[in-house]
Amino acid sequence: MKKIVIIDYSLGNLFSVNQALVNSGANVCISDKPTDLLEADAVVLPGVGAFNEAMGNLQKSKLDKAILDCIKQGKPFLGICLGMQLLFNNSEEFGSTNGLGIIDGTIKKFKSSGYQKILVPQVGWNNILAPKNMNWEKTILKGINENTYMYFVHSYYALPKNAENVLSETTYSDIKYCSAVIKDNVTATQFHPEKSGEEGLRIYTNWLNTI
Amino acid sequence: MIATRIIPRLDIKGPNLVKGIHLEGLRVLGDPSEFAKFYYEQGADELIYQDVVASLFERNSLHDIISKTAKQVFIPITVGGGLRSIEDIKQVLRAGADKVSLNTAAIKNPQLIKEASLKFGSSTIVVAIEAIKQSDGTYHAYIDNGREETGMEVARWAKQVEELGAGEINLTSVDRDGTGLGFDLELIKMVTDLVSIPVIAHGGPGNINHTAEAVTKGNAHAVSLASVLHYDAIKHNFNLEKVNEGNFEFLKANRNYSKISPCNLEEIKTHFKKEGLVVR
Repeated sequence: MKKIVIIDYSLGNLFSVNQALVNSGANVCISDKPTDLLEADAVVLPGVGAFNEAMGNLQKSKLDKAILDCIKQGKPFLGICLGMQLLFNNSEEFGSTNGLGIIDGTIKKFKSSGYQKILVPQVGWNNILAPKNMNWEKTILKGINENTYMYFVHSYYALPKNAENVLSETTYSDIKYCSAVIKDNVTATQFHPEKSGEEGLRIYTNWLNTI
Repeated sequence: MIATRIIPRLDIKGPNLVKGIHLEGLRVLGDPSEFAKFYYEQGADELIYQDVVASLFERNSLHDIISKTAKQVFIPITVGGGLRSIEDIKQVLRAGADKVSLNTAAIKNPQLIKEASLKFGSSTIVVAIEAIKQSDGTYHAYIDNGREETGMEVARWAKQVEELGAGEINLTSVDRDGTGLGFDLELIKMVTDLVSIPVIAHGGPGNINHTAEAVTKGNAHAVSLASVLHYDAIKHNFNLEKVNEGNFEFLKANRNYSKISPCNLEEIKTHFKKEGLVVR
């Protein structure tokens, strides 16, 4: 049976991600050791919390380098929420912090354009749409209908430099933003599939089928 | 478009789901994890578990119920009741909760909100405000499940809670809780006007027409419902024989509370749409 490692860097929703993967029939192990990542068949980077603290924790335990190696080796890699944001070049959270630099682009905070009061964080169910020229059939969103509601909790959002990395889009207040990314063996979602009911669980099953 | 959340709230005492009036006179309704699963399958957006006696006896009996629920329910679960420290919060999150709800400990030590939101992220920290209207028309925050007055004005406390970094406010009208008289719209409107974080309204709705008013008239971002949903759900009579602790006469006699006209989540969602609200 293929071995999935969930990266434990002392931040985040490990329990619920683990639960969702187990529910989809996976063999899962939670680990903070770079060697476990390198031995895994596929890797999940979850996360809830602050960008700079997360990067600091990854660097301290040398997990940042292991993540880059895993991705270079072509292992299926899934990022969730903060785990998606960490894949970008940098974030404006607490000044500016460098990320893992796997996907070109930056992370910005939700701000009101002045016309509408915007609540930060965004908390709740919002729908996802496929951008033009994006077909979900060969991605982890296979079988998910456009406009399906997923569960979001975040104050910052991703701005990828290249349109081809945008897997799904979502609109919050009057901001249309990238809610999932794809690049070769790496897929990541801003929303929490593990908290998005049966449709969310289908995303984990789809991902496991790619391994 | 972000959807208005409809959140069943499950008050827990020991092993049982209970419901009272003005947070008192608790009646046993059944096994909480069965209600949780039932609501999940019906399309609930989140769940709230509140241990209603934990802060009185300083005990945390919820961990088993949380773990059991988190294995079969894949929507966010907020847990409150008797959480006093960073360590308590950590334990509950580890058991499978996604967010925690603080009241008594937060009022006694507001810095806990700041510390917890820095450590676990603002979106993990919900502050529960239990409000009772005073004779001069202001609202005061109560602790220990609506039993003890703090002298703290709700308006001031809500603002402070936001500044300290809470991600959401769960606002209960103790006056209306369990009564079926409808939400306290004046209270809800006052708080939603003041803060820029999501406000979950709780306490009062007794029929389907009441359920959306917190949003359409009070500008709440989510509603948390108990009586209207539970009195519908108990018709499904899951595992009554397992209930053997507390005041369960009401349940076994198959009675209903006259002020409440129960309805289910599907009916409520249809009603919300009719009122022009976006639901999942």
